[in-house]
Amino acid sequence: MYVAVKGGEAAIDAAHGWLAAERRGDPALPELTLDQIAQQMTLAVDRVMAEGSCYDRGLAALALKQARGDAIEAAFLLRAYRTTLARFGAAEPLDTGGMRIARRISATYKDLPGGQVLGPTFDYTHRLLDFALAAEGAPPATVPEREADTAVVPRVAELLAREGLMQREPQGEAEPTDLTRDPLTFPADRSARLQNLARGDEGFLLGLGYSTQRGYGNAHPFVGEIRQGRVTVEFTPPELGFPIAIGEIDVTECQMVNQFKGSLTEPPQFTRGYGLVFGHGERKAMAMALVDRALRAEELGEEVTAPAQDAEFVLYHSDNVEATGFVEHLKLPHYVDFQSELENIRAMRADAMGALKQAAE
Amino acid sequence: MNDLLPGFADPVLDAQSAFRAVLEAMSRPGRIVAIDRLPEAPVPLMPAAAAVLLTLADADTPVWSDAGDRVVAWLGFHAGCPIASTPLAARFVLATGAAPALDALDPGSEEEPQFAATLILQVQALERPMDGGPEARRSESAAYADKLGSGWRLTGPGIEHAHHLHVIGAPTDFLAQWRAQRPLFPCGVDVILCAGTRLAALPRTVQIEEG
Amino acid sequence: MGVLAHAGADAIEDRLAGHALPGYRRLRGPETGLVMLRGRAGGDGAAFNLGEMTITRCTLRTEDGLVGHAYVAGRDARQAELAALLDALLQDPARHDALHEAVIAPLAAAQAARAAEHARRAAATRVDFLAMATMR
Repeated sequence: MYVAVKGGEAAIDAAHGWLAAERRGDPALPELTLDQIAQQMTLAVDRVMAEGSCYDRGLAALALKQARGDAIEAAFLLRAYRTTLARFGAAEPLDTGGMRIARRISATYKDLPGGQVLGPTFDYTHRLLDFALAAEGAPPATVPEREADTAVVPRVAELLAREGLMQREPQGEAEPTDLTRDPLTFPADRSARLQNLARGDEGFLLGLGYSTQRGYGNAHPFVGEIRQGRVTVEFTPPELGFPIAIGEIDVTECQMVNQFKGSLTEPPQFTRGYGLVFGHGERKAMAMALVDRALRAEELGEEVTAPAQDAEFVLYHSDNVEATGFVEHLKLPHYVDFQSELENIRAMRADAMGALKQAAE
Repeated sequence: MNDLLPGFADPVLDAQSAFRAVLEAMSRPGRIVAIDRLPEAPVPLMPAAAAVLLTLADADTPVWSDAGDRVVAWLGFHAGCPIASTPLAARFVLATGAAPALDALDPGSEEEPQFAATLILQVQALERPMDGGPEARRSESAAYADKLGSGWRLTGPGIEHAHHLHVIGAPTDFLAQWRAQRPLFPCGVDVILCAGTRLAALPRTVQIEEG
Repeated sequence: MGVLAHAGADAIEDRLAGHALPGYRRLRGPETGLVMLRGRAGGDGAAFNLGEMTITRCTLRTEDGLVGHAYVAGRDARQAELAALLDALLQDPARHDALHEAVIAPLAAAQAARAAEHARRAAATRVDFLAMATMR
């Protein structure tokens, strides 16, 4: 039960004033610009765009600055801002097959057409703090280059599918579920699940994905392919009636390959778990792919035993803006609620004490 | 496309202003409200009806219109609303000529009465009877009284006792249609009457009698 | 349109400098909104909603009666308006070639150069496996 209370306005104003000063830090130091955040904290910006479910580097950088670097608070700000904008429509599905590759690796084939392209990865760094970065003013790094061939890089999943070893994804041009318009209902179809996971919390999905590897869900995944790079966004304006390119975005895609024992209607083959996220979010894309595959257990006729396979558990708790709202609401005044609990516990204590006393007599 | 007109001059503020006007009109049924920030509307769309549609219609609200291709193109372009093929399939029904019958529109369902259609009905004029009521005016000028026709007496939520409104150019059997949808409540169609730059609303809760 | 969508307002304006441009009337926007971006399950299956992106659109009509539309990613109203103006002007056969040569072609070339650099950087990180013959 909630009771409206008044008061605290001056205290709130003072708290906001202090918050603004804390955000700024020592005024003797130069203030961060949005360009600096967008250019130098790129992965934080990517995460805010992914979980804020809105691709706009400038807005995500602003949200991070305002939130003092708190990614979840920043995602919340971005989600709130997007509600002020009109929806002009839906873009054509992104063609990740035509991606301009920055990174593309496969753990299933060493020599595959298109090769293993490492891109700007943390892998193979030694995770030793680099104190050279502590000193500012280093000259810009020179980036090695090599003549590129322009051939389109085929998908690993397609190579397997041509042999009949990879389950084909069901096709269909049905309008996908949109969780920003219609609330989640169960059973949730694949489009609802993928949208939920794409905007879900990276930490939550990482933990769930990890659990499937540790035996909660019987998964034996392989990274069929991870690709990261730039895709063109195409949109069909109603007044033109044909698709036009409206911009480019960076995305990360992960195809997890999982064994499938087969069913009455399908022979044993591989199946896919799929991850796709805004920006360079490899960990999130991999976790999403693991959880997507785990959530397909029911439709593939596998036994549902683990938390990651439980669609209601996963999809209801993946959204960090919802989760933080409900967890953090506990700090709001519950004075009346608590009064009734207090009376209740006092009455129970009195009864119990009375009974003890009687027993003692 | 080549004879397309602009919509609101300032889409955000103009729509907010029109929204306030519709809200005021809906909460005080029959009260005439003027809209002052109007778009340049293609004929035969009246400025008030145009403002209402630009404010309320969007991609989630199919609109049916009898106003011709130019209006449909203008609405689709500025409001982004889909165009319904029948009045029954529409969330907003725009009638510039002979209006479809109220019972041909979607009254909503018991579970979701808020999804009922709203009829935006263009009429010739909306008049508020002068002090002393229509009788006093009738005696002043028989000709003007003829033009006004008989007035409506509105009662219901949002009206303290009774409110009088003169509508010129509504369908002749409108009151009978209105009474016929009464038993459907909480379902039923809401109506926004538009005349020039002014409008008055008839939410489904209002009762209308002649007089 | 793709070229203009990838170009900044300043870059477009610089290329337009010196061209006599007709007056025009805005029909819609420039206004910023959202488009829902979509992916496909497994990369090639049924579509799903991935998340939204900011987009700015503009439609205008020039004095000569040509209507130009633009939709560009992001929130740059000036870019959208310039792109819409160019969309209208490029429909005019008398202007098309000169504008294409002065604005579109150089912007496209700059974008192609950036894409090529991106591709060369990626190519430099391609792994060349060495057969470890002695370990057989």
